[in-house]
Amino acid sequence: MSILTKHKAIETNATLLLVLSFLVVSIGGLVQIVPLFYLENTIEEVEGMRPYSPLELAGRDIYIREGCYVCHSQMIRPMRDEVERYGHYSLAAESMYDHPFQWGSKRTGPDLARVGGRYSDDWHIDHLRNPKSVVPESIMPPYGFLERTLIDGEYIGDLMQTHAIVGVPYTEEMLAEARADFRAQADPDSDFDGLLERYPGAQVRNFDNAPGISEADALIAYLQMLGTLVDFSTFTPDASR
Amino acid sequence: MSEIPPKQEGDPNTTGHSWDGIEEFDNPMPRWWLWTFYATIVWGIGYVIAYPAWPLVSSATAGLLGYSTRGEVAVEIAAVEEANAGINAELAAAELTEVSANTELNTYAVSAGAAVFRTWCAQCHGSGAAGFVGYPNLLDDAWLWGGDIEAIYTTIAHGIRNEDDPDARFSIMPAYGEIFSEEEIAQVVNYAMTLSGRTPQDASLVEPGSALFADNCAACHGDNGLGNTELGAPNLSDAIWLYGGDYDTLIETVTYSRYGVMPPWTQRLSEAEIRAVALYVHQLGGGE
Repeated sequence: MSILTKHKAIETNATLLLVLSFLVVSIGGLVQIVPLFYLENTIEEVEGMRPYSPLELAGRDIYIREGCYVCHSQMIRPMRDEVERYGHYSLAAESMYDHPFQWGSKRTGPDLARVGGRYSDDWHIDHLRNPKSVVPESIMPPYGFLERTLIDGEYIGDLMQTHAIVGVPYTEEMLAEARADFRAQADPDSDFDGLLERYPGAQVRNFDNAPGISEADALIAYLQMLGTLVDFSTFTPDASR
Repeated sequence: MSEIPPKQEGDPNTTGHSWDGIEEFDNPMPRWWLWTFYATIVWGIGYVIAYPAWPLVSSATAGLLGYSTRGEVAVEIAAVEEANAGINAELAAAELTEVSANTELNTYAVSAGAAVFRTWCAQCHGSGAAGFVGYPNLLDDAWLWGGDIEAIYTTIAHGIRNEDDPDARFSIMPAYGEIFSEEEIAQVVNYAMTLSGRTPQDASLVEPGSALFADNCAACHGDNGLGNTELGAPNLSDAIWLYGGDYDTLIETVTYSRYGVMPPWTQRLSEAEIRAVALYVHQLGGGE
């Protein structure tokens, strides 16, 4: 009862009550959050993950700018129906270079975590121009202006620099070649060997099939790589995660 | 202000706190509440023992039940695969042309194929398989690459004009804007319109268009524009147009060329799934 008799001291001292409450809540938070940063079985290392190429990163920015995440999630949950429809469930490591991550929590449209390679570039152009032309039941608004808005990647180096600050391992070389890589990925006639060396598996083509690099080029480059970096034919997930 | 009644004989003890003279009875908690509270503590302890819980040095305690979400989904998928393993093996080994004679296998294949179609194919070909401009209708009997079950199977398995599968069906119509003058394109389009029994826009251009067609187009589309499923060359003599058959659209098609792309499905679907969806498409109405 000796502790209980001291209770009065806490109840009558607001500052002490605040400090002790904060202490209690902190312990609860630390116990739940801190282990996620050091436990080996929550930090899964997978082969194939690489930072976004400049064009993909620009597309990702457009994805965020247009609020695609409001209706589309990028998170396939480990449930049979989701795996059957969307493919292998998402791994934490697959969003390791996402700042911020695009998992989302609401699906008005389908999940896009593995949309890469699922449709042709032409389909994406048709669909961005007028979603109802390929999915009559769709309520997605048209985004035709993307292919009419040309971009030159003027600030792509700065954007990559910012991502590097928050931990994305962009090398000095990647940052120096940012703009050249940005242009090379949308031009199949360019010299893109360096790009492929820096960003293995990057897809090089004129995504919107029109001259110049448009926002649609960047967005489609981003969509077409989503979920394609980890080779699930060689990757066996550890069941205990 | 109300008067605070004095403590009477038989009242429970107070908590000992006194706030401006107000004291609080220390009544016992209701029995049901107390037991529920104890039960949650017991349940909590049991849960921590049975399921993954306490973070240790390199991993969390695994729990006696060995539960994991990943393990659960793997078990669920394995159970469905095992339940269908027999009939899937039968489907994968069967002669495609003979499946329709086997009622049980055919029923399974068509309903499994319908599920595959709605997951993977509906986005381009439409949930009812009626297609869209640029994406072929699978309900009719016009087939670009052949409509018998073997041809449909090959198209689905390897896709069309993709770079991912060396066996993909491949053909490309030249962009005649780089070969013909505008005048010549107009001639050949006017001629092409007569192939499907329509009135050309300018009848005087049909005659020279006919010669151009014979020299340049007939190799793939055939002398009478009947098409060639070996080359994916569409039939120009019917009323079915993938990109539209009006004069302006035809001018655009001939000038810039058009060709659709379809991904290969061997990398995403199992042999049985590809066969199932081929059988599903085949029985939609146009299968040969």
